[in-house]
Amino acid sequence: MLRRDFLAITGLVGGGLALPSAFGKVIAAEALQSTLDIKIKKQLADAALAAATGAGASYCDVRVGRYLRQFVVTREANVQNILNTESTGVGVRVIANGAWGFAATYDLSVDAVAAAARQATAIAKANAGSQTAPVQLAPNKGVGEVSWKTPIVKNSMEVPIKDKVDMLLQVNAAALAAGADFINSTLFLVNEQKYFASTDGSYIDQDVHRIWTPMTVTAIDKTTGKFRTRAELSAPMGMGFEYLDGNKADQMVSPNGVVNFNKSYDMKQDAIAAAKQARAKLTAPSVKAGKYDLVLDPSHTWLTIHESVGHPLELDRVLGYEANYAGTSFATLDKLKANFQYGSDKVNIVADKLQPGSLGYVGYDDEGVKTKNWDLIKAGKLVDYQSIRDQAHILGKKESDGCCYADSWSSVQFQRMANVSLEPGKAKLSVADMVANVENGIYIIGDGSFSIDQQRYNAQFGGQLFYEIKNGKIGAQIEDVAYQIRTPEFWNACSAVCDASDYRMGGSFFDGKGQPAQSSAVSHGSSTARFDGINVINTARSLG
Amino acid sequence: MSFPTEAEIKAILLKVVAMSKADECTAQMSGATDGNIRFALNNVSTSGIVSDTELAVQVAFGKRVGSATINEYSDAALERVVRRAEDLAKLAPENPEFVPAVGKQTYRASNTFSAATAAITPEYRAKVASDSIGPCKAEKLIAAGFLSDSNAFVAFANSRGNYGYQTSTMLDYTCTVRTEDGRGSGWVASNVQDSTSFNAANDIRTAMRKASASADARALEPGKYTVILEPAAAAGLITFMMRFFDARQADEGRSFLSKKGGGNKLGEQVFDPRVNFSSDPWNPEAPVVPWDENWLPREKTFLVEGGKIANLNYSRFWAQKQGKRAAGQPGNLLMSGGTKTTADLVRSTEKGILVTRTWYIRMVDPQTVLLTGLTRDGTFFIENGQIKYPLKNFRFNESPVIMLNNIDELGKPVRMGDDNGRGSVMMIPPMKLRDFTFTSLSDAV
Repeated sequence: MLRRDFLAITGLVGGGLALPSAFGKVIAAEALQSTLDIKIKKQLADAALAAATGAGASYCDVRVGRYLRQFVVTREANVQNILNTESTGVGVRVIANGAWGFAATYDLSVDAVAAAARQATAIAKANAGSQTAPVQLAPNKGVGEVSWKTPIVKNSMEVPIKDKVDMLLQVNAAALAAGADFINSTLFLVNEQKYFASTDGSYIDQDVHRIWTPMTVTAIDKTTGKFRTRAELSAPMGMGFEYLDGNKADQMVSPNGVVNFNKSYDMKQDAIAAAKQARAKLTAPSVKAGKYDLVLDPSHTWLTIHESVGHPLELDRVLGYEANYAGTSFATLDKLKANFQYGSDKVNIVADKLQPGSLGYVGYDDEGVKTKNWDLIKAGKLVDYQSIRDQAHILGKKESDGCCYADSWSSVQFQRMANVSLEPGKAKLSVADMVANVENGIYIIGDGSFSIDQQRYNAQFGGQLFYEIKNGKIGAQIEDVAYQIRTPEFWNACSAVCDASDYRMGGSFFDGKGQPAQSSAVSHGSSTARFDGINVINTARSLG
Repeated sequence: MSFPTEAEIKAILLKVVAMSKADECTAQMSGATDGNIRFALNNVSTSGIVSDTELAVQVAFGKRVGSATINEYSDAALERVVRRAEDLAKLAPENPEFVPAVGKQTYRASNTFSAATAAITPEYRAKVASDSIGPCKAEKLIAAGFLSDSNAFVAFANSRGNYGYQTSTMLDYTCTVRTEDGRGSGWVASNVQDSTSFNAANDIRTAMRKASASADARALEPGKYTVILEPAAAAGLITFMMRFFDARQADEGRSFLSKKGGGNKLGEQVFDPRVNFSSDPWNPEAPVVPWDENWLPREKTFLVEGGKIANLNYSRFWAQKQGKRAAGQPGNLLMSGGTKTTADLVRSTEKGILVTRTWYIRMVDPQTVLLTGLTRDGTFFIENGQIKYPLKNFRFNESPVIMLNNIDELGKPVRMGDDNGRGSVMMIPPMKLRDFTFTSLSDAV
């Protein structure tokens, strides 16, 4: 599902009854708790594997997918939308005569799935004619019949709708009582039930859960005509409903009292703080443009990592396969060979599909490869990219990195970003200690406006909350801040990263890539990090 | 896959509406055959066709609303989907913003269908790819592109006697051409309803020319410059601004169209007097279905006329609350202009910058609609009416509201789609603007 479709559901654009087909069928909430019988899934998978190999495929993989989503959308005292959706079907991918072919069907009969497998094989054979080089697939040993599940405590789909509505309406009332003029709050819950089988001998059953609580709090000064918003400081997570338990022990309080959240979120507490902070924005002084040392909270840094490290180190972008849409990459293959100095020696960046609580955490990727973690940047030097089975040989690798993903049973799986994270500093360093050494800086919390060029050099980022830092002390809340970077200079300006006790994740539910566009969910962790001498612009304008 | 006839579709819709025991019922059936081909590195990478239909049912008991969808059409399946929608409605909380279904309307059909586009074959798509790749290979350039085409229908009926049916087609093509050494990049896009007016072999020459001409780009100090934005470059900024033409947002005080002290800027001069934005479902170059997503008839309306705010978009709920008349939400955006092409505008420019395309545009400050983004795939310096040399790409921080107060000249509007070939169609002119704000340089090609 794409961000645009999500906006349609939350009423932020469009409306009416035209449900985008990406949602699949609208179902009753109770149906969200059921699963497909694993025996049926294996039977369908075996039918596809047999049909494909019988038609001449040298490799086949099958994904029997059931994608469930629930949306509860509110504003102020109103419930705007409650929607439960299901999309179920089977996607079959084959290699025949050295070329890929793909076909999918929503018909869960053995005959339909076998027909899709034969169609995929026919397409592969047709594609082989214009293929310049045959597909080279990195080896992947079959794992037999296995299963994996997101380690959730409370299945979100089992929580009654009424409890969810009550929770959001309480959050909204609390924000309004604390001075907000408007609040939009949403619960977005995802369960991907994915069964993968391949001619390598794998039958992998996975049950993946994700949760997101987007919120926008608005404060208005009618006399000046000024309005300001503050979005949630939570992160979308690969967790169950326990994420909303509001466990105080999991809160991270900034030296100036701003409450941030790790793996437990108190939505009401954040809504109250957001109302006060949004109102404070209306009278906060405007930043003076210039060079500042930036102290970036993990709730902000995740997006900078995503755009300026995660994307440029996707091998398909580096090679040019995404040139017409997402773009290419400045981090070309020659830079890998030369161990390009991407950042300072404080910068260690890992790709990790095994982080508990992260959006990208799964046992196996969508081509049956067991997930892992690996270094992308070590002590500032570029050491690797993210690649999948048909790309590994380009890097001289013997195995895939396990970051292949499709956003639906009907989409072809391709290389998607793993969780890409900045490792915490090894030496003990708190946020307070970091700030104490900053003479002229800005402390940024939360993600805001973001934009980056098609090769991932020049980027501009905003945030949710900005505070000036003067002579080691965090001062007043300020406004109109955005910083502009050139990626390698920015990461080479990283002078300190706080220790692991400050480590948190942020993430995106809607990372778009490919044509037709597909969406994936990915997390990025870091501890608070410092970047010296960064160019800050003032974004205030007057319309006269 | 061929779709059911209009008579068959109408029969299904009326059957569904009759089955419902709710206070009101709306049934909508839609279907599309979407084809595409994707190529990169001068090779076809993927190609596919997806064909599907869907029936959506929305019912209401009082102010409780439920909806359900299905893609089977047996009597039992229809019964099932109606009952599911009814069950969901009974469980739903009351929606205080509920507005009853639209009563019987007369919709004047618009010409949104082309038989040629509907008949596109896999061979046609393969030829578009080879017409794009072939010339590039011959000139040692590298093509990456995407063609998508759609043949669709939409029909609905409700328990208040309203009914509508219309078919539509669309073709959207984009291609990025890069030099082998990666120092030059060009781009071309075409969005048409009728595929006979599309020619990839011609279009690709624009992208190839820009790719070759944009190598050896020079750096120019960021700052305020006279720019000529090609229609694609201008469209990206303008569409962001149009989101704020929602009346409720303006009345609530969270739009650049909100007024100090309350209310909205309806009737106020906000742009240069040459700025006109209208919407017209029957526009011959950019027709759209004559009803909106809530089945209200679309009308020919001005949002901006002579630079003044002529209309805001009222939802049915907000119109009722504010005592206004709700009209159909616009389906297209038509900006008026002059008769000059981009090339004509270049010829009349003493010094300026030509921008092919804008990219990764994001809102920086909704208060002023300040946007940031970058130029891409062909940025050139103009001197004495001629393109002198290619420029390195810039990041801009600019508000379309300010930009449309700094107009030197508007050219002839051109049909545009959005980035993905989805959403509304637009007619946007190339525009020469003063004091456009570039804030930094980008090394990206």
